[in-house]
Amino acid sequence: MSEEEKKEPQESGTAEAGEQAKQKTAEAEADPEKAAKLKAAAEARAARAAAKAAAEAAEAAEASAPPAPSPKQPELDAAAALIRREVADEALEEVYINELNGHMPTIIVKNDYWRSIAELLKIENDLTYLRNVSGVDYETHLEVVYHLVSLQSGRELTVKVKADREKPEVSSATPVWATANWNEREIYDLLGIVFTGHPDLRRIMMPDDWVGHPLRKDYEPLDSEV
Amino acid sequence: MEFSLESISLEERRELERNVFMGTLEQLKAWARSNSLWPLTFGLACCAIEMMGTGASHYDLDRFGVMFRTSPRQSDVMIVAGTVTKKMGPLLRRLYDQMPEPKWVIAMGSCATAGGPYVKSYAVIKGVDQIVPVDVYIPGCPPNPAALIYGINKLQEKIRYEAKTGKRVTGR
Amino acid sequence: MIRTEELLLNVGPQHPSTHGVFRIVVKLDGEVITEATPVMGYLHRGTEKLAEQLNYTQIIPYTDRMDYVSAMTNNYVLVHAVETMMGLEVPERAEFMRLIVMELQRVASHLVWWGTYLLDIGAMSPFLYAFRDRETIINLFNELCGARLTYNYMRVGGVKWDAPPGWIDKVSEFIPYMEGKLREYDKLVSGNEIFLARIKGIGKYDAATAIDYGLSGANLRCTGVDWDLRKAEPYSLYSRFEFDVPLGQNGDCYDRYRIRLEEISQSLRILKQAIAQFPSGGETMGKVPRAIRPPAGEVYTRIESPRGEIGCHIVSKGKAEPYRLKFRRPSFVNLQILPKLLIGETMTNLITILGGVDIVVGEVDC
Repeated sequence: MSEEEKKEPQESGTAEAGEQAKQKTAEAEADPEKAAKLKAAAEARAARAAAKAAAEAAEAAEASAPPAPSPKQPELDAAAALIRREVADEALEEVYINELNGHMPTIIVKNDYWRSIAELLKIENDLTYLRNVSGVDYETHLEVVYHLVSLQSGRELTVKVKADREKPEVSSATPVWATANWNEREIYDLLGIVFTGHPDLRRIMMPDDWVGHPLRKDYEPLDSEV
Repeated sequence: MEFSLESISLEERRELERNVFMGTLEQLKAWARSNSLWPLTFGLACCAIEMMGTGASHYDLDRFGVMFRTSPRQSDVMIVAGTVTKKMGPLLRRLYDQMPEPKWVIAMGSCATAGGPYVKSYAVIKGVDQIVPVDVYIPGCPPNPAALIYGINKLQEKIRYEAKTGKRVTGR
Repeated sequence: MIRTEELLLNVGPQHPSTHGVFRIVVKLDGEVITEATPVMGYLHRGTEKLAEQLNYTQIIPYTDRMDYVSAMTNNYVLVHAVETMMGLEVPERAEFMRLIVMELQRVASHLVWWGTYLLDIGAMSPFLYAFRDRETIINLFNELCGARLTYNYMRVGGVKWDAPPGWIDKVSEFIPYMEGKLREYDKLVSGNEIFLARIKGIGKYDAATAIDYGLSGANLRCTGVDWDLRKAEPYSLYSRFEFDVPLGQNGDCYDRYRIRLEEISQSLRILKQAIAQFPSGGETMGKVPRAIRPPAGEVYTRIESPRGEIGCHIVSKGKAEPYRLKFRRPSFVNLQILPKLLIGETMTNLITILGGVDIVVGEVDC
């Protein structure tokens, strides 16, 4: 009986139901038939709770099993296979799907092959529209991220190129996509990555005689009081 | 009669300006100047859009005699509207120097007053008064056109007060 | 004998064309430009570096000040990026409010462009008409969120303020008023011979060049490429509404002019449908955790602002501040084609072409 009383408030969750339940148990003590019914109800509740626990366990097991393959995976595989075939087998460092970003196919390429991969992607894969070039400063290395899209089919691809911190160099994509020109100048200005093959690499945002690259994590401004 | 203007010293000049005839002339000049302030269009950032809105039809600035001039050689007041960056600083000073006397500066918005929301940035000059002397500061981000008109009125009052009493407002 | 020399002229950072602090160094041979080099950075305020120390809700006011003529779309791109990363659901009423506000902002931004473009070309009255109508929209926004220009209206998971009673009716009264005014402006300007002679055939480029240079917005659509992010990669509730995307054929300034005016009437059409479908009740904020911490990873979202494709690339390490926040600004990318377009043009056409690109310098410099 005391177990039932404990279970009642927990299961129903409201004070009134708990009180009603206490009333019912008080009445049931007087009436053996009702006691039997209450016992059956309690057992049913216990069975439901057990079933719920079992379902949760099953879900957890499912989650630890490998997730369903992403819908963009075939695109990514096709692009990766194309690059491996045409350029070089070791040109690709890593290939994955960025689930957070609507399953965007992402590849990380080595700098030595980036120029030929860029031309390949533009011509063979129809990724003619370079949307965005960003530079990121991870403390161990620097990285340039290119976001490409194909206007005809709506296919997207993200390409990342790594550069090391001491002497950061990335081949420029300006001969392939003309829009990379100022984007790369901005990254050079703010992060210090030198783009080899860029037609006109100079500072764009900061004054020409500025010292340092402001967006780096270890940038110290020389004139902080002004 | 030989009379060389360089021989008047500063106190004598002030003395002259305070006598009745010259005083009224000074007040007349100040009234004329304050009622036809011609600003240099120096809109840099978001405050420029509010300045344009103030000059447009709803909050008309033309009724105060304020006509935007594009050349510094023809303007009386420079309304610095927007953020002044370190790249822009030397040019702002050069434009200020090109303006003929008498000239005034209104710092419009919090970026021109003290750096604004960009006060911690590496590329922003924290307040235009580090480069040019400012007469009126208008706070706001961006200030309402009514606030800009209030600031211009304050400048007009300042011009008239300084001429009337010969004192500078900041000495009060 | 007459000896001619090349003149180096500085269309300096302070110039009467109301685009802000932007400088072009041109080499002139008489009146004809042989080379043009844009110099920018006079308004570089370091928003991206500042963002690395602020949490996401604190960055929203900074996005307002980037493209200050259309601040609502900037708010949306940041908030949308964080919501994509965290997988948050936005309630329907909030999404409707966002859409209505963004389309009103598109109308206001195109009005500013129209007024200042015609002012640059030499017509004084359209500027006053455009700003008068913009005052109506700005007063609506003032009633809604308290600010005229930099609204700070959207939050991660919804919007901050709900529409005050009667606000939606005022918006629906504004729509027929604006449609009437658009017809009036069309009659006022578009048949003017001087205007047509100054605009037609100026600043032409073809679709392949436009795609190569990464142009977006009206600059891309004037060549005939049908790429509007509201239709191609729909976000928010745009897939529920019917609207056309105006396209041009020749790729010159006149086509861009016509497209932007047409976009105003399409925005009014979307607004009419949105108000008809507006939900009568609902929340303005979804279920958002108290500390907004997106999971580690990166995301790039993009929307169609009045100037083109604005994108937000966030790299997050799971903290409340972004590790790297980069904005892909349409004015910055659209401006790259300027040196190429200016070769062989006269000085008068420089202002026409620059105005037709529709830049906002706060966005070029970020």
